[in-house]
Amino acid sequence: MKVTVAGNAKDIAENTTVAQLIVDEKVENPDYVTVTINDEFVEHHDFESTVLKENDVVEFLYFMGGGSF
Amino acid sequence: MIQITKADYEKIIAHAKANLPEEACGLIAGSKDGDIKKIEKVYLLTNIDHTNEHFSMDPREQLAAVKDMRSNGLTMLGNWHSHPESPSRPSEEDKRLAYDSTVNYLILSLMNIDEPVLKAFDIDKDKNVTVEPMEITE
Repeated sequence: MKVTVAGNAKDIAENTTVAQLIVDEKVENPDYVTVTINDEFVEHHDFESTVLKENDVVEFLYFMGGGSF
Repeated sequence: MIQITKADYEKIIAHAKANLPEEACGLIAGSKDGDIKKIEKVYLLTNIDHTNEHFSMDPREQLAAVKDMRSNGLTMLGNWHSHPESPSRPSEEDKRLAYDSTVNYLILSLMNIDEPVLKAFDIDKDKNVTVEPMEITE
């Protein structure tokens, strides 16, 4: 099944979940990564249950924040 | 070595000053050639925390910036944020929240509003901080 991950075409197994894709893509610090599928944000608690579909476009975004002190 | 044009340097300062007393933030993108990282575009994002002590980038703006980088053939080089009242160095919170060890973290100090200080840092997985030399180009 073909999907696009961070701009790159990928061939992944049918029924791959977002959680599995995070493992497969060796994403660092997955607890702090925001995922979008076709520009829709996926809640963290839905990573295990969200199954990717043919031609989905997935982005991984690191949380970016900090503080002065 | 990270290179930034004077125009982009001033763009960051102007945005940070315009957002005082809050922290300001954004992303940097460009190209890499060996050890030289050249900033070719600065993105000005919204600090959704709206405070003078913290920042969190608006994820929708972050997504739009990432897509813009890709469509323009640019590489994400890192992010920048301002410290309105503290020096240009990663705070403990900055280090704790630096989840991507592959990018640079630029911090603009506005402690002295007339003499802003912008520095670039690497923060590795063990939260060790090193200063990345920065050159301002024309």
